[in-house]
Amino acid sequence: MGSFAYAAPDNLADALAVLEQHKNAGQRIQIFAGGTDVLVQLKAGDSEPRTFLDVKNIRETQTISLKGDSAFIGATIVCAQLYENLALKEMFPGLIESADLIGSTQIQGKATLGGNLCNASPAGDTIAALYANKAICMIAGKSGSRELPVEDFVTGVGRNALKPGEILLGLKLPKPNANTSDAYLRFIPRTEMDIAVVGAGVSITLDDEGVCVDATVAISAVAVTTLLVPEAAQALIGSSVDEVALQAAAQASSAAARPISDKRGTKEFRRKVVGVLTRRAALIAANRVKGEAE
Amino acid sequence: MSKMHVSASVNGEPVEFLCEPQQSLLNVLRDELNLTGTKEGCTTGDCGACSVMLDDRLVCSCLTLAAEVQGKSVGTIEGVANGDTLHPIQQALLEHAALQCGVCTPGYVVAIKALLEKNPLPSESEIRYWLAGNLCRCTGYDKIITAVQDVAQQMAKADKNAGEPA
Ligand code: FES
Ligand code: FES
Repeated sequence: MGSFAYAAPDNLADALAVLEQHKNAGQRIQIFAGGTDVLVQLKAGDSEPRTFLDVKNIRETQTISLKGDSAFIGATIVCAQLYENLALKEMFPGLIESADLIGSTQIQGKATLGGNLCNASPAGDTIAALYANKAICMIAGKSGSRELPVEDFVTGVGRNALKPGEILLGLKLPKPNANTSDAYLRFIPRTEMDIAVVGAGVSITLDDEGVCVDATVAISAVAVTTLLVPEAAQALIGSSVDEVALQAAAQASSAAARPISDKRGTKEFRRKVVGVLTRRAALIAANRVKGEAE
Repeated sequence: MSKMHVSASVNGEPVEFLCEPQQSLLNVLRDELNLTGTKEGCTTGDCGACSVMLDDRLVCSCLTLAAEVQGKSVGTIEGVANGDTLHPIQQALLEHAALQCGVCTPGYVVAIKALLEKNPLPSESEIRYWLAGNLCRCTGYDKIITAVQDVAQQMAKADKNAGEPA
């Protein structure tokens, strides 16, 4: 059975060595960031002994960098750090709002962006916003590092593409130009502190005439993973984000959804609402671009 | 099973303790360090009774491993009053009858203190959002919110007076 252990190496090489050791010895190891999901899982039944590899002391996972063409957000940056960073908020308002929606003040002081992604809940709030922003996962392993588009990273409910021995260091997001913005909306039955019944993240780029030249639409809590909806993006591209295009995008999202019915909402409800949220998020993102351009 | 040795600061004092790798900070505070002011409600991050400060962040001690606080500073309810003199936040909760059974109160006090340090004069909705992770089964919340509004005013006034030349 083995026993519990905890390691918090202060550099990547040591962390990778700990992973390798466990891999070779066939011992269970779990990467640990904010712990807000891990400790709940520990209590909710998965009490099997393992090593917790705390990756918060690794410099790369704690870095926010806005230099160059892309932004880098370290995997262990907590939600509160995200929305306290005004430059990030200005660049990715939708992503930052999605982080701001997760849990209570107490949770936001510990829950991390990388943890939310790796935990891969179909309803994970930041995940749709990361998809919408074309985020790239920066992954380190013993034999070097690799990059993976975020939509290839999430592979199922609670599953991700990290191989044994690998660590998610952070996310690289292409920096939006002055004509690009994003938005994330979710539906919950109350105003705070709940899990998304449906979510939608949209990024939109307009040209100087206000015509949409690029768009990404992602929907969540309506399938086993967050989904990209290229048909919804296509409906927006070439339009002035007018009512006809918004309706078409909404229909595309509803058509792409593969929801289940559960205590949070029925299939039919989710299918309808994901269209509504797509439409509203697209409008907010477009208005954000216009507000900035004027 | 090997215990881990952790050194941290708790309420400004250096503290050393031994813990299991999977043991929560809440558990160590209450059972090893005898700081039983921090309460256990749900142990799953839903109620806020276990709220403490970890460096400059408000967190749930039930969702924090004790091992994680190595080299960090922890602030609990025991560090809030000044000896026998209650902190103005504690006094305000008393005066507004904003507690009954009191199980949620230590968590509220720590969370309210963190709020007022960041935002000395929060609006009602800012207060309600900030405290949304603290559950109270007794008071119905309104008295707590009123107490926070009142103490925020008092503390801001006291700060202003302290800043003015005599
Ligand atoms: S005991 Fe920690 S949130 Fe309830
Ligand atoms: S006073 Fe009893 S739970 Fe708040």
